[in-house]
Formats: sequence, C-alpha cells, structure tokens
Amino acid sequence: MGEDTDATPTLNHRGFLPDHNYVTEADIISTVEFNHTGELLATGDKGGRVVIFQREPESKTEPFSQGEYNVYSTFQSHEPEFDYLKSLEIEEKINKIRWLPQQNAAHFLLSTNDKTIKLWKVSERDKRPEGYNLKDEEGRIKDISTVTSLQVPVLKPMDLMVEVSPRRVFANAHTYHVNSISVNSDYETYMSADDLRINLWHLDITDRSFNIVDIKPANMEDLTEVITAAEFHPHHCNLFVYSSSKGTLRLCDMREAALCDKHSKLFEEPEDPSARSFFSEIISSVSDVKFSHSGRYLLTRDYLTAKVWDLNMESKPLETYQVHDYLRSKLCSLYENDCIFDKFECAWNGSDSVIMTGAYNNFFRMFDRNTKRDVTLEASRESSKPRAVLKPRRVCAAGGKRRKDDISVDSLDFTKKILHTAWHPTENIIAIAATNNLYIFQDKLNSEMH
Amino acid sequence: MEVSAEAKRIMVVALGKLYSSRTQRGGLRLHRSLLLTLVMKSARDIYHAAQAESAAPGCEHQQQPAAEVVTTEPLGAQDLQVSPPSRTLPEEKVAASSTETRKSAADKENRCPAAQHTRKRRGKAAAEPDFLPCKKAKLEQVNCPQQLLVSAVLVDYVKCGNELGNPIPLQRAIAAC
Repeated sequence: MGEDTDATPTLNHRGFLPDHNYVTEADIISTVEFNHTGELLATGDKGGRVVIFQREPESKTEPFSQGEYNVYSTFQSHEPEFDYLKSLEIEEKINKIRWLPQQNAAHFLLSTNDKTIKLWKVSERDKRPEGYNLKDEEGRIKDISTVTSLQVPVLKPMDLMVEVSPRRVFANAHTYHVNSISVNSDYETYMSADDLRINLWHLDITDRSFNIVDIKPANMEDLTEVITAAEFHPHHCNLFVYSSSKGTLRLCDMREAALCDKHSKLFEEPEDPSARSFFSEIISSVSDVKFSHSGRYLLTRDYLTAKVWDLNMESKPLETYQVHDYLRSKLCSLYENDCIFDKFECAWNGSDSVIMTGAYNNFFRMFDRNTKRDVTLEASRESSKPRAVLKPRRVCAAGGKRRKDDISVDSLDFTKKILHTAWHPTENIIAIAATNNLYIFQDKLNSEMH
Repeated sequence: MEVSAEAKRIMVVALGKLYSSRTQRGGLRLHRSLLLTLVMKSARDIYHAAQAESAAPGCEHQQQPAAEVVTTEPLGAQDLQVSPPSRTLPEEKVAASSTETRKSAADKENRCPAAQHTRKRRGKAAAEPDFLPCKKAKLEQVNCPQQLLVSAVLVDYVKCGNELGNPIPLQRAIAAC
C-alpha cells in the first residue's frame, strides 16, 4: 500500500476565510464523483451547484503540473423549490452525481436533489464560425446593399468554452427523499432510490418510470426499515443491490419479476447480543453500499465499521474493518449532538485491493485488504502543503498509551467530518470532501494499481 | 435506576429531536424519524422493564420516584400537542398509559408524513378537551390526606384559642387560613 502520498494544492474555489471558522452552508460539498476515465471530477454542494474539475494532461515542459485538477465548469443544477400541496420546501442540495459512460465528444452526468433527477450535457466549444454573409463580427445584421460577394463561413479557433445544458428532467416520481441514483451497465437505464421505493428510468424518457422496489407498508405505523442506498451491478444489467436501515443488503434480479420486492439474496450479519445498546439500531444502519469493480464483492459502511461482503456468501461479511471503534463508548453524546446520524460513504480503489472511508476530525481511513494494514490520514490545510507527504495519524483511546502527535478521542473535532470520498477508477488519486473544501491527493510513487 | 434514568433522558432527547425535525427545511426525514422512534421504543421498553423490576420487590421508597415521574411528565405533556387517543395500546397504570399515549401521538405524527394533519394549526380549545381523562384525579387523591391534616390543625388552633380565653369561631379560623 502506498504510504507516501503527495498532496496536490488544496483546491479552494469557495469563499473560505482563512482567519475565521465561518463556512457558508451553501458551500458544503455533498457529493464527489470521478467519471469513468478519471479525467473529470464532479462535486455537488448544498447550494445546488455542481463544479466539474478536469485533469490537466501531463506535459513535458512543466513536469510538476502533471495530472493536476483544475476547474472545468460550474453550473447551478438545482434550485430550491416549494411543494405547495404539502407545504414543504424542497432542498436544492445535490445528493448524488453519477456520470454516464462517454459515448461521444460530450460528457453526460446525472445529478439529483431530494426529488428531481436531471441529466446534464457538458460539451466543449473551441471553434466558432466566422465570415457570415448577413451578420458582421459583432452579430449585427449587415446592410444588404454592402454585400457584394458571397463567402463560406470558416471555423476559427476560439478560447475554450464549456457549455452545460440540461437535457432531461426526471421529476415527480418520488414521494420520499431520493438517496441514490445508479446508471445501469446497459447505458440505457438508470435507477433512483428513495426511502421506500426504487424506480427504473430510461434515459430518454422523462414522463414515466417503472417502480421496481416498494417497501412501503400498508399501514405506515408498521414501518420498520427504509432503503438507505442502492446500486446496479457493474456488469450484469439485471442485478442491483439495496441496503436498509436495519443493516441488511438485498440483491435483486430484475429478470425474476417486474416488482423486485422479493430479494434473490439477503445479506445479513446476525446481531451480537453482547454488543446490544440503546443505539444498536442506529449504528447498524447502512449508510452506503458499493459494488467492487469486479462485481464480486460489496462494500458497506455503517456508523462504526466498513464491511466487505462476498456476493456468494449471505450469512456474514467476508471482512469487517473498524473505522473508529473508540467512539463506541461515546455513542450517547454522539446521539445528543446528532453525529450518530451522519452518513459516511465508502470507496474501492481501482483494483479492489484497498477500501477507503471518512471519519471525524477531517480524518479518513484506508484499509488494504491484502496486507491487512490500515492508515489514518488527515485532510487539512496545515498538513497539506503542495507536494508534502501526508503523515499518518493515530487516535489513542482514552486511557491508552499515548505517543507523541497522537490525538485523544476527547479532542476530536466532530464538526469536521469527511462524509464524501472518491477514488480514481484506475490510478491512486483520491478526492476528499472536507466540509466546503475539496482535497485531491495523488500517490506519485505508486501510481499504478497493485 | 441509572439505566432507567438514562433511558428516560434518551426518550426526552428523541422527542425533542422529532419535534424540531418537523420545522427543518426539506420536510420530514423519514429515515431519521424512524431511527429516533426505534431508539425511543427501546429506551421506553428498558425504562419500563427497570421500573417493573424496582416495583416488584415491593420497596416503599421506590414509590416516591414513581410519583415524581407522574407529576413531572404531565407538565411536559402540556407543551406537546395532544392527538386524539385513538391508538389501542395495552393499558397499564395511569402513569404508563399517559406516557404511552403521549409517545404514540409522537409516533403517529412522525410515521404518517403523508397525513400531514399535524400541519394544521390547533386552536387552544382543541388542545386540551375537557372530556379526556386527565391525571387530576390521582393528584386530588394525594391531596386529600393533606386536606384532612389541615382541618385537624384548624381544629387544634381553635381549641388553643379557647384555652387562652379568646374564643375564635371556627369559621373565622378557617377564613384566616
């Protein structure tokens, strides 16, 4: 596992005042996603904006700027809305962004807030036609009497302009809050999941969708679990998985039935009765589920652990990684300050050998599945000078042996949480969202996956 | 008792969070409300289990904390909106049923986001219907012995007055209290 991680400059494109701890809520990043080649990185924030970064191609003249990400485009994806019928405000916060695989020169991505999914087309314009017959250079209509000859307009290079336009709006299909979207490997359909239902859409059709999962009970008083995340299998277009607040995973096959309420496989770990507490239900709720790139494994995240499941084994996870077990004795205070409801995401590296997830105090963790080694790193301005090597951090449990530079559990800053992380699909480049700042770290020494 | 105190605190915090989530931007969060309801339920079960355990040995000094619970919880209920008691739950003691009604009211409100009946403003008249059984009966029972004590004191007072040679009519003595 690459211990030496270079830090590229922090990309601070927001209005962050370095002398104060003041953060505009609209600037808080709510989702991060690389596209399929890793050339583009999209972030969504609470204010409904999407910012796309593009990786600069490596150049021989400036070896130190190779592979850096710069802002490519910014646009307002969603606006706050008001549901007059229910007297509810609909937040503009971007919950998820998913890229479509690239099929032509343009890039397409799906972005969603609580209720509406939108398909955006991102295209470049670097040429413009010049030499019109009826218009002059500024676009004013020419006086016809001055036109004496005909010319053919010619495309001339211009400054690169990135145009973003909404191509589809998929609205009014969700009563509850959308938590996930996932593009199918058939490149024609995608699904959107809310707390109780999952809908299947065709990318070209916006006025209807198919409901494929519905766990709403006839009597809402009997409600015991909700859907927390859902994802399509990376290769089998008929398979998808969804996680629940009870800590279970359900693998469904769309070939079996039109309505996939009955699962093909149920992944559930029996509860340890000795670990039962007031908060057992809350901490067992799965906050994120991700298929491995191979499609063989599932990665899930609950409040204290990350688990790797084998699709062929439903009885228990293959591996369980303790992300911050030192919080187990603090659950009551984390419940009172609402941190126990935080939903952390998780990510695979390109070769499925390392998993990554965020924690508190701007820490994030990586676990190597082969060597069984893990590391805790910090995303902060102080520790991330350009081209600095990130120093591993350690949290010592209360009463434990304390080394120099260790941080104790009680001094952790719970307002600094890393909920959203993403890993480049093929290289050792990671994107970490720390509140309103985006950090991109590259492992220059070990850029190849192994 | 520590367990039941912690359980009670957790229940109170859960209720506070459930009520504040109703005014949050973006509407009711079903997942969060469900988790809070589950926590409250398990805390309530543990609390009742702990109370049943402490009441079983028949210790008299345990009754006082139970009485305290009865008197403090109705005060908390004043601030909460009271839904019509249409839920059918096993009836236990008066204290237990009042707690459950209050919580089932909270449960019902938060488990039916589509119903939205809680969004309607409730007039003061609807808040506390007179015909609903209330806890006053039990408090009056508690007060009765005190009233008897008071009148016994009054009688003594009047008697004292007589002995001092200054007869005070009983009616005046009562008025002076």
